[in-house]
Amino acid sequence: MTDSLTLQHLPMAAGNPPSGLPGLGLPRLLPGSGTVPVDLRAHLAEHGPLRPAGGRNGLLHEVAAAGLTGRGGAAFPVARKLAAAAQARPAPVVAGNGAEGEPASSKDRSLLWISPHLVLDGLQLAAVAAGSRSAVLYVPRSERLHGRLAGAIAERAAAGMDAASVELVTAPDRFLAGEESALVSRLAGGPALPAYRPVRGLPRLAPGRTALVQNVETLAHLALIARYGATWFREAGTEAEPGTMLTTPHLADGRISVTEVPLGASVAGLLGLDGIQGPAEAGTAGPWVPSAFGPVQAVLVGGYHGAWLPAAAAAALPLANAALRPLGAAVGAGVLAALPADRCGLAETARVARYLALESAGQCGPCFNGLPRIAAAVAHLAGPRPDPRARADLERWAGLVAGRGACHHPDGSVRFIRSALRVFAAEAGLHEQGRCSGTDPRPFLPVPTGSPATEEDWT
Amino acid sequence: MTGITSSTALWYASRATGVVTLLLLTTVVLLGILVNRQGRLPGLPGFAVTGLHRNISLLAVVFLAIHVVTAIVDPYVTIGLAAAVLPFASAYKPFWLGLGAISLDLVAALILTSLARARMSRRAWRSIHWLGYAAWPLAVLHSIGSSADARSGLTLGVLVACVLATATALAWRLSRAAREIPRAGRAAAALNRMSARKAGL
Amino acid sequence: MEKRLRVDPVACAGHGACAELLPELITLDEWGYPIVADQPVPHGLQREARRAVAGCPALALALARVA
Repeated sequence: MTDSLTLQHLPMAAGNPPSGLPGLGLPRLLPGSGTVPVDLRAHLAEHGPLRPAGGRNGLLHEVAAAGLTGRGGAAFPVARKLAAAAQARPAPVVAGNGAEGEPASSKDRSLLWISPHLVLDGLQLAAVAAGSRSAVLYVPRSERLHGRLAGAIAERAAAGMDAASVELVTAPDRFLAGEESALVSRLAGGPALPAYRPVRGLPRLAPGRTALVQNVETLAHLALIARYGATWFREAGTEAEPGTMLTTPHLADGRISVTEVPLGASVAGLLGLDGIQGPAEAGTAGPWVPSAFGPVQAVLVGGYHGAWLPAAAAAALPLANAALRPLGAAVGAGVLAALPADRCGLAETARVARYLALESAGQCGPCFNGLPRIAAAVAHLAGPRPDPRARADLERWAGLVAGRGACHHPDGSVRFIRSALRVFAAEAGLHEQGRCSGTDPRPFLPVPTGSPATEEDWT
Repeated sequence: MTGITSSTALWYASRATGVVTLLLLTTVVLLGILVNRQGRLPGLPGFAVTGLHRNISLLAVVFLAIHVVTAIVDPYVTIGLAAAVLPFASAYKPFWLGLGAISLDLVAALILTSLARARMSRRAWRSIHWLGYAAWPLAVLHSIGSSADARSGLTLGVLVACVLATATALAWRLSRAAREIPRAGRAAAALNRMSARKAGL
Repeated sequence: MEKRLRVDPVACAGHGACAELLPELITLDEWGYPIVADQPVPHGLQREARRAVAGCPALALALARVA
């Protein structure tokens, strides 16, 4: 996990401008200068006060027209969620989700650090939509970030800006901490454990009380739509997937940054990939693609519940669900990791698979039984001359695990692992012969060490 | 027949059904422990353990009702109707009967909440069901103090058997629970088992 | 209006009573947890399905009305 709360703008590789849309006024969520946090005065100087015209209905109308979808990974239409919240009685508690349990993603904590007032504006707007007077901001465990946000909230309260009170709640350092029902469990005072939700709709906080949960980036976009309107919002992005999004590109040289791009931007541009394929060298797992930062064999799209794509395929794609879904991938939370050609893709996958298994909440039998076994099988396949039964066992367990948990942890983990077996099939073939194309044993993808052991680790 | 003879019959009936109730309650507690630990009864399918636990508890209620009614109706000892549910309201041996009344109240709570189980939260149901561990020892104490029966002979034998069986079952349950891996450590434990196996340990 | 069996995977502790009571629709995976057939409960099995729901010690099985 990146410990940096600063962000760097990705220098666009020469000859690869952001996909075809000059002068859009990017970035929107982050200040042009990059790393300096925006305080209240600068925020108001840049954007002016928040005065949503047309009250609640005006806001709902504008958000619907803008076509804003959730930026937490699920891409649910925000207008629908807000409308459901508007109709809920009593008014739901409004929660901004900044937990960012995904180790490969840094966008939420960066946004909270740099532009907290956009998030806090959005939180107030969500409270207006829900008719609620209380809001919560759910944030990662970091004293510095907590201090900064508490300060921002206090500043706004002193200026009388916020109609809804804002409480800061810390999320545990777990992969699933940001899962919607886990967040709600935490708000209710217990550990951040996902809950069984047989009925879709706003999550239940307590008997008769619901919660409206939105990712912090979504809230930031909301704050801008309320000021500049739906038409402005749609100036970036595609027709089906409008607007901009924050991504966390992991370049082949190991550098990680947070970058805002319009939806539909080219993956190649974000990672500095040069679309020309390199030769499949003897002993390598497959064709690699050169990039400004080193040769790349595969790209992980979405995060640890996302999917691997071969580098050549990824280099041709826009960052949009319309193009990614047919290939079994999705934009997700905007993680894009370019795996260097000199790493072993199976070893990387095995490390992540082990992490995903250890991060199981341990509540559902198929998950806490199946994911560890699957992780062990992947580790086995990442070694030399694996037992031929390991692959068959893995497939059987993957089938047993998907869809049988309370949350999507088993499903997402299986998607990630299955995509690895597809993309690194040639590597697997090498391993069967006792060989491996990886020459650099250093881990590439960020995977936290340690494993949760007690109830406290989930609180 | 004189009043004294019919009174004696009622008194005997109350004591006899009291012993049977204690036996049945003990069985219910033992079966409850078995359900919780997913244990099996030899020769019976798994669902039978739960079924027996529930059905025998209802049978215990029947015997409990007869035990209480015969004791109240019997003119030889003064036990008002209220004393069945209100602790220490009886004129006859108020303390020991009072323990029985508390036990009855708890049993009633268990039975009623279990019948209405689908309508309450899992946590609420479980909290009340734990009171079974209070209801049983109160019934035992009530048995010892309410009449001289339990001090000798067959009744004493039954009482001792019930206490020994429950103590053993409880000790087993506690030792199993102490060795159980907490929820937060389940995945890690499974992963360690896998690694140990692959390493050929 | 059909009825479907649903398992609450958090409440389920793998007792296995459901599979004993309704083997036509419920089997157990290799870890003892129920796999419910992905089909509506046929009329002839509705009573058995209700018994299976009642027989779960963890109250993890439910019969849901699905439009």
